[in-house]
Amino acid sequence: MSIRGNLLALVRGDGQADRVVPRSGQSARLTLATSAAMAFLAVFAMALSTASGRLADRWSDALAQSSTIRISAPAAEVEAQTWAVLTLLEQTPGVQSARALSDEDQQALLAPWFGPDLPLDDLPIPRLVEIVETPEGYDSDGLRQRLAAEAPGAVLDDHDRWRRPLAEAAGRLRLLGGLALVLILGATAAMVTLAAQSALSANEQVVRVMRLVGARDSYIASAFVRRFTIRTLTGAGVGTLLGLLAVAMLPSARDTAALLTGLSFSGASWFWPLIIPPLAAATAFVATRVAAFRTLKGLK
Amino acid sequence: MIEMQDAAYGYGAEPLLSGLSLHLPPGSFHFLTGPSGAGKTTFLKLCYAELLPTGGSVSLFGHTATGLSRDGIADLRQRIGVVHQDCRFLDHLPLHENIALPLTVSAKGGLVQDANLAELVGWVGLSARANALPPELSGGERQRAALARAIIMDPDLILADEPTGNVDWEMSLRLLNLLVELNKLGKTVVIATHDLALIRAAKQKVQARVLRIQGGQIMAAGADL
Repeated sequence: MSIRGNLLALVRGDGQADRVVPRSGQSARLTLATSAAMAFLAVFAMALSTASGRLADRWSDALAQSSTIRISAPAAEVEAQTWAVLTLLEQTPGVQSARALSDEDQQALLAPWFGPDLPLDDLPIPRLVEIVETPEGYDSDGLRQRLAAEAPGAVLDDHDRWRRPLAEAAGRLRLLGGLALVLILGATAAMVTLAAQSALSANEQVVRVMRLVGARDSYIASAFVRRFTIRTLTGAGVGTLLGLLAVAMLPSARDTAALLTGLSFSGASWFWPLIIPPLAAATAFVATRVAAFRTLKGLK
Repeated sequence: MIEMQDAAYGYGAEPLLSGLSLHLPPGSFHFLTGPSGAGKTTFLKLCYAELLPTGGSVSLFGHTATGLSRDGIADLRQRIGVVHQDCRFLDHLPLHENIALPLTVSAKGGLVQDANLAELVGWVGLSARANALPPELSGGERQRAALARAIIMDPDLILADEPTGNVDWEMSLRLLNLLVELNKLGKTVVIATHDLALIRAAKQKVQARVLRIQGGQIMAAGADL
């Protein structure tokens, strides 16, 4: 029977075929419990993956829309260069707005490290110009060249050196979440294969009788495949539900939330874990089918 | 129906059976005799392709056994009814479902008619035990149930391996009568047995050919019976 035929038979079911293979309590409980546990873990892996993806986007967006020009020049030239930079930025496509940070702004920025009484006038603190970009952004290489020509003390920091490792780290986390999902599916397949082989071995006499009376391998296999697929689907359904409840009960994320408090789903992504039970069932279907045919080939 | 040409089979280096050349025509009745361990069961297994010859060729219903796929062998077994001495059943299913098992596992599962099944169960005298589980049956009941299961697909060939090994003489005769009845309906019957009394009893009812396996060879017997 083809895979398609087998799938149709799986959906339709065959009460007689289901009865022919005796119910095996141990492998049934093992399959149910393990697939539930795997689905529970898969929900968390998916939550980690989506949360890290969300964080990566958030960090990238926040840093990508702003950049800074740092003007380090002798005190007498600071104002002139600041004015030159602002004029230059007004004429630069992709710059939505630009403003020089006031002494109060700079004091507030440095306060967490140096305290509120920092004497800015006595220290050679560079002047900072904050740039807000348009969605299209500006040509940073071109701007650097023009700054070098018109304000030699100005250095453009487009946050790329901060943004890239953050985005890479978040991307890796997302990848790890995906890898964890693949590993969980692989472990589910291995577990179902072992349980199916165990059930086939325990029912060797049944299989021999069925072969003796003319049952094809596909018929015998389908009885096991259907049973294990339904058990895995049921177990994974329960595990997914419990996983979603557990994620929902985690502390809610705020705007300033770190990764752990942001480990959740948002909006439509709450529906993504619903793919876990059918995915687990499909894995069980393939794993049991392969295990069944391999075992049956060893029997006459 | 079954044709062997110089067929051989061995479980190790030494062949248990060799030089088997014979033809079992449709509608014939055969006894297979020989001492224990001579290879009677092995011969029957060659006849339903549970074993494939290690030498020569075995042809089943026109198909070379070694050329059959696993599905081909399964389909072929739907044309062969096998009765084992140890009567293998599915212990978790009631008797009537065990008897109907060949129909259940075949594409003809939908053709199981309660009336026909009840008639068959009645024919082997097990109507009162139809809902019993196999472990609850006596040896004779199991043998009759195995026979009913073997013929439910209306097979062309019935192979019985020591079908009377675990039953008393009266039950042996009942089983023999059932097999003779089937032969009269045109079925080919091969019975492996070392019960010479059973063979003599059968010869009074049906024209049976007796084959003897000895020293790995098969030969016609009869004069000594």
